[in-house]
Amino acid sequence: MTLKKLDNHPLFKFLRDNPKATVGFILIFTIMLLTLGAPMFTRFEAGFRSDQYRVAPNSVFILGTTQLGRDVWAQTLYGGRTSLLVGILAGVIAVTLSTVIGITAGYFGGIVDGIITMVINIAMVIPQIPLLLIIAALMGGVSPMLIGVLIGFTSWAWGARVLRSQTMSIRNREFIYSAETLGETKLRRLFAEVMPNMLSMMSSAFVGTIIYAIMAQATLEYIGFGDPLSVTWGTMLYNAQNTAALQTGAWWELLGPCLGLIVLGSGLTLINFSIDELSNPKLKAQRIMAGYYKAKKAEITYTKAGETE
Amino acid sequence: MDRQIVFSIKNVTMDFQISGKTFFSKKRTLRALNNVSFDLYKGESLAVVGESGCGKSTLCRIAMRFYTPSRGEMTYNGENVHKFKGNPLRNYRQKVQMIFQDPFSSLNPLHSIYYHLKRPLQLYHGYKGIELKAKMNEALEMVGLVPPEEQGIKNPHQLSGGQKQRAFLARILAIGADVIFADEPTSMLDVSIRLGVLNLMNKLKREMGKSFLYITHDIATARYFSDRIIVLYSGHMVEWGDVDKVVKHPVHPYTKLLISAAPDPERETLAKLEVRDDVEKEVTMWTPESRGCPFRNRCPVAESRCADDFPEAVEVKPDQFVRCIHAKEWKTENSAASEKPERNQPVG
Ligand SMILES: Nc1ncnc2c1ncn2[C@@H]1O[C@H](COP(=O)(O)OP(=O)(O)OP(=O)(O)O)[C@@H](O)[C@H]1O
Ligand code: SF4
Ligand SMILES: [Mg+2]
Repeated sequence: MTLKKLDNHPLFKFLRDNPKATVGFILIFTIMLLTLGAPMFTRFEAGFRSDQYRVAPNSVFILGTTQLGRDVWAQTLYGGRTSLLVGILAGVIAVTLSTVIGITAGYFGGIVDGIITMVINIAMVIPQIPLLLIIAALMGGVSPMLIGVLIGFTSWAWGARVLRSQTMSIRNREFIYSAETLGETKLRRLFAEVMPNMLSMMSSAFVGTIIYAIMAQATLEYIGFGDPLSVTWGTMLYNAQNTAALQTGAWWELLGPCLGLIVLGSGLTLINFSIDELSNPKLKAQRIMAGYYKAKKAEITYTKAGETE
Repeated sequence: MDRQIVFSIKNVTMDFQISGKTFFSKKRTLRALNNVSFDLYKGESLAVVGESGCGKSTLCRIAMRFYTPSRGEMTYNGENVHKFKGNPLRNYRQKVQMIFQDPFSSLNPLHSIYYHLKRPLQLYHGYKGIELKAKMNEALEMVGLVPPEEQGIKNPHQLSGGQKQRAFLARILAIGADVIFADEPTSMLDVSIRLGVLNLMNKLKREMGKSFLYITHDIATARYFSDRIIVLYSGHMVEWGDVDKVVKHPVHPYTKLLISAAPDPERETLAKLEVRDDVEKEVTMWTPESRGCPFRNRCPVAESRCADDFPEAVEVKPDQFVRCIHAKEWKTENSAASEKPERNQPVG
């Protein structure tokens, strides 16, 4: 009875209708559970050092240890926390900036739009990774959070541009004019009529920035611009590289952070796909119709086979 | 019935600057409306017909204050629409509303039908709770969206085009509008649904005394729904007056062309209308510098003097006005003809 009720719950319906989202959510949920609940899954602290150096995975050290005797599994779990946090921080900063900037430009138009568009275009042609490298190099070892902030402040331009054009096309839709004839204030038109139509785009930009930020952070740290003492997936890779882990056959040192990055990245990407499907029902219809034709084809071949008998 | 003017448009001219906004391009101005004047009475429907681009929507948009006219003024109950501020503006927003051409984009896709009705009821009537719900259902029932509890929770994409337009009308009713600018309200609907929406508007006009400015390019529905008609050509009023007189006995060459293009079994005389094919069919762009009759390069009976001035209005019959150099002759001919037993229809 209760199971049936649960089955009819809108959330479950949504998940059944959107397999991509379901897989994505499961991946993300797993990562969240493992990283945020790290103490439940490992006996060791992130900074724990054992006296066993670079041992292969065994029952005590699930993913083995590093050259310095650190537990790879524990570091992966605790390092994932930082990566997630950095990603979310960068995502929040970038999406806030691009929303405010893009919507202001698109909604108010005129000279405001002209100036903002120029700023957006300038920000877009600045190459991000080199810029990050320069800033990181100037500041010496950069802490993970600072990397998040840097990424947030350097990656808003693309989102701002997309949101600007989206706002412009929505602003000229008739329901916005209709809200004006109803006597809604300009601000209310913006927040109650324009913004809701923007949510899917904003969330997809948010998820996209998180992916980008996590990868960019790992890259920066891997090539040595991070703070080597912090525990993140990037610094783990950096340390593994420095201690020639692969050359000495200690593949397990790379397994943790690589798997983490892959699972997190693909989970977020899948969620982004399903956001796209939600905001553009055509994509979903295509998927469903493809399934339908497949089923129909199977049916036809089936009946044909039946006829010949 | 005493005829009370509710909305009046006086010599409205609307210029759009279509290029020349930047330093490099030459300044070009398009005159979308030229000296348009008419009155809208309480409880009547006034049709505005004309081909695409003749300025019909612009007229609505000026009335909705999206644009300010370059010259002339619009008045609501005698007061200039574009001078309203504060409370009078609020009152105007409540009383004068517009139906948009495209029901697929005049409702916000992310809000339910109930939400669309809730806002005006809160904004202008302060309804809350059960009362609000009752009023929303009442409006839905009035436009035939039943059962209201079922239709109200739907989002616009779950309704058909005709239902959307009905939902929009329900919103206008909920606001409490008296004057409704209907910008081709049925042009995006299936023919079979059109009549339903028109009948609904007719009911609102008859039973609730609402005034309609009915914009259309469909002469048949104009005649069905309206009392008077204005024929607009390239922003100019070329013929206007009683709808039966204009549709049955059009005088202006453009009106004749328009009506001959619409199939109508009742019409006897206009079957063979000469159309000039030696000229460009394109409507020339009207600019503030343009002179003469706007129809002259498509007109089958144009003369050289048509290029000088746009002829003054002539009342060819009681409540039928025409602006064409031939209107005067037509009038004298016609009054002479009407003394004879059989009436013959002049051509051109
Ligand atoms: N904001 C604007 N800027 C420049 N030109 C405009 C603007 N709005 C309308 N126009 C021009 O004014 C003319 C009249 O346009 P309008 O939309 O009023 O036509 P319409 O009679 O409603 O046509 P349709 O039947 O296609 O809806 C057109 O030539 C159009 O290009
Ligand atoms: S004024 Fe001249 S050009 Fe214009 S409609 Fe009359 S005859 Fe034709
Ligand atoms: Mg129009």
